[in-house]
Amino acid sequence: MFPFRIPIKDWISAAVDYLVSELGPLFDGFSAFIFFLVNSFKDGMLFLHPLILIALIAFTTWRMAGWQIGLFSVLGLLITENIGLWVSFVETLSLVLTAEILVMIVGLPLGIYAARNDRFNSLIRPLLDFMQTMPAFVYLIPAVMFFGLGLVPGVVATFVFALPPLIRLTNLGIRQVPGELTEAADAFGATNMQKLFKVQIPVAKPTIMAGVNQSIMLGLSMVVIAAMIGAGGLGTNVLRGIQRLQVGEGFEAGLVVVIMAIILDRITAGLGKQKKAG
Amino acid sequence: MKEKIVVKSLSKIFGRNPQKAIEALREGKSKAQILKEHRQVVGVDNVSFTVYEKEIFVLMGLSGSGKSTLERLLNRLHEPTSGQIIIDGTDITKLGQKELREFRRSHFCGMVFQNFAILPHRTVLENVEFGLELQGVEKEKRRKEARKVIKQVGLEGNEESYPSELSGGMQQRVGLARGLAVDASILLMDEAFSALDPLIRRQMQDELLELQDKMKKTIVFVTHDLDEAFRLGDRIAIMKDGRIEQTGTAEEIISNPASDYVRAFVEDMNRAAVLTAGNIMEAPKERAFFGDGPRTIFRKIRRNNLTGIFVTDTKRELKGYIRVSELVEHINRHKDKESIPMEKGLFHEPGRVHKDMPLNEVINAYNENQYGPLAVVDDKDRLEGVIVRGAIISALAGEDDSGKEAPARLKEESKK
Repeated sequence: MFPFRIPIKDWISAAVDYLVSELGPLFDGFSAFIFFLVNSFKDGMLFLHPLILIALIAFTTWRMAGWQIGLFSVLGLLITENIGLWVSFVETLSLVLTAEILVMIVGLPLGIYAARNDRFNSLIRPLLDFMQTMPAFVYLIPAVMFFGLGLVPGVVATFVFALPPLIRLTNLGIRQVPGELTEAADAFGATNMQKLFKVQIPVAKPTIMAGVNQSIMLGLSMVVIAAMIGAGGLGTNVLRGIQRLQVGEGFEAGLVVVIMAIILDRITAGLGKQKKAG
Repeated sequence: MKEKIVVKSLSKIFGRNPQKAIEALREGKSKAQILKEHRQVVGVDNVSFTVYEKEIFVLMGLSGSGKSTLERLLNRLHEPTSGQIIIDGTDITKLGQKELREFRRSHFCGMVFQNFAILPHRTVLENVEFGLELQGVEKEKRRKEARKVIKQVGLEGNEESYPSELSGGMQQRVGLARGLAVDASILLMDEAFSALDPLIRRQMQDELLELQDKMKKTIVFVTHDLDEAFRLGDRIAIMKDGRIEQTGTAEEIISNPASDYVRAFVEDMNRAAVLTAGNIMEAPKERAFFGDGPRTIFRKIRRNNLTGIFVTDTKRELKGYIRVSELVEHINRHKDKESIPMEKGLFHEPGRVHKDMPLNEVINAYNENQYGPLAVVDDKDRLEGVIVRGAIISALAGEDDSGKEAPARLKEESKK
């Protein structure tokens, strides 16, 4: 139909090549930092006896979401240990936690800023749409380009995929704070910072926590995909199951992912509801 | 009376090109025209008024009349488009952001909102100390202050409750306490009682009046409810389409509406044409007889906590009115005598109305009357009852148990 073809793929490749060659050392430094974070989590958790860690997790879920979920985590985690997926479990958990910490460091301020600045909001919105609708696999390619194979590009791809819901919901939560509440703060002579930290963020907290919850869930789904580029953890077990057509092994690993998802979901959902603790 | 808030030619246009709208307003175009032609919304249109120190000034109007906008201009929650707002001699429209913040802290008790606007994640105590916390008052001190105010508004024992555990009326008490905790002189209330059910609302109105007796703040109260306006307001401004149609006391507005709009408004309440003096009077608590000595009369006055007393002969025929201040002076002048004679100068011609006189004429008579309450007499000029200001207002506000002195009754109720 057209005598020419728009060279989008060439542009993108050129841009990535340029970044890799020009900013190489920066990526290396960042890479080392992420690697350190994930490994600290992992080593820390593996240092503990599985039973101690199970008790800790169960205690947290019990406090946050009730004894039923507490009991569920004990059973779920004991099964994980029993079928020999404990190390994979810890690896995946470390990866998700690291990615989520990065998401919060970046997402919360961006969300808050988007809520306070309409122009920034309309600017960032299409970008977030783009990030969320882009097939998750696509992130793997540039991540590998920048960071090579392994754990770090896994974290980065997870980070990119899990970032949008937190920005969106933080933005939404703060915008939904009733006008009278911010007017009240103004009427009493609050500074912008007082208004933000004493009114807007606390009132928006349940919505913000829903954002944290959503991004953890997305992150968890991405972590499995990230195994394709060597991120390790449970995703590797799932992938191996697929490649070797070992239904049983794949199912076991999938089951543990589900157990982890439920535990993380209930803990973060509980945080959002903790009205009186704030 | 000292001027507290002076508003001069204040206008507020919502839209991108307010100056155009202001010009259009000067050319005499209406709010609707400007919306259509210029796509600018006129919030407040060239309004001027004065609020005096320690009065309750009510801004009354239907939705869209600009009353809430006007209130928010007073502390610059909305930025004025043109005009001046002078509070305690400072034109606040000229203040920078930082000065404005300081001014809000030092002059305004925040604001009380229709939907309470208290913070759901804070306890009652933490909500009440909010204003002080913003000012950086240290914790011990602000807690103490907050507890004091919580007691005043009747929330004692609920300090550690969360707003979601409280009823609407209680939540609004928190909103009120949060304002009162701040040591400032102006309290803005925006439809503060409109979200409450009628019974609670009445109770809150009474409590506000009682608190105001003690606190003596300058209150600007916004409402769409004429009953409420008349009950609370020392003076009332009736608004329509961003303008003030009339400012005055309840009596002035009812007896002399400045425009058809105001007339139509008060017509609903116009029991004035139906009720008569006889309907709203109350029995005199006490009367003096011709021949009573000054000391006896003084005792009668003091026993009933009156400001003066009507004098009749033995046939109940009205002879005059004695004011307590003059009587006391008279007694003091003759302190040393065994028996003090009455003096002609003590007897004033009382304001008197016939018991069949319609209420709207009673209001005029009341306004012209110089001395205390009105006397209600029958055909033979016999004293039947008395009318006090509260009774007129209660009657106009449509309270069925008219005829009792309003303030006294309010106090009885709130004690329960």
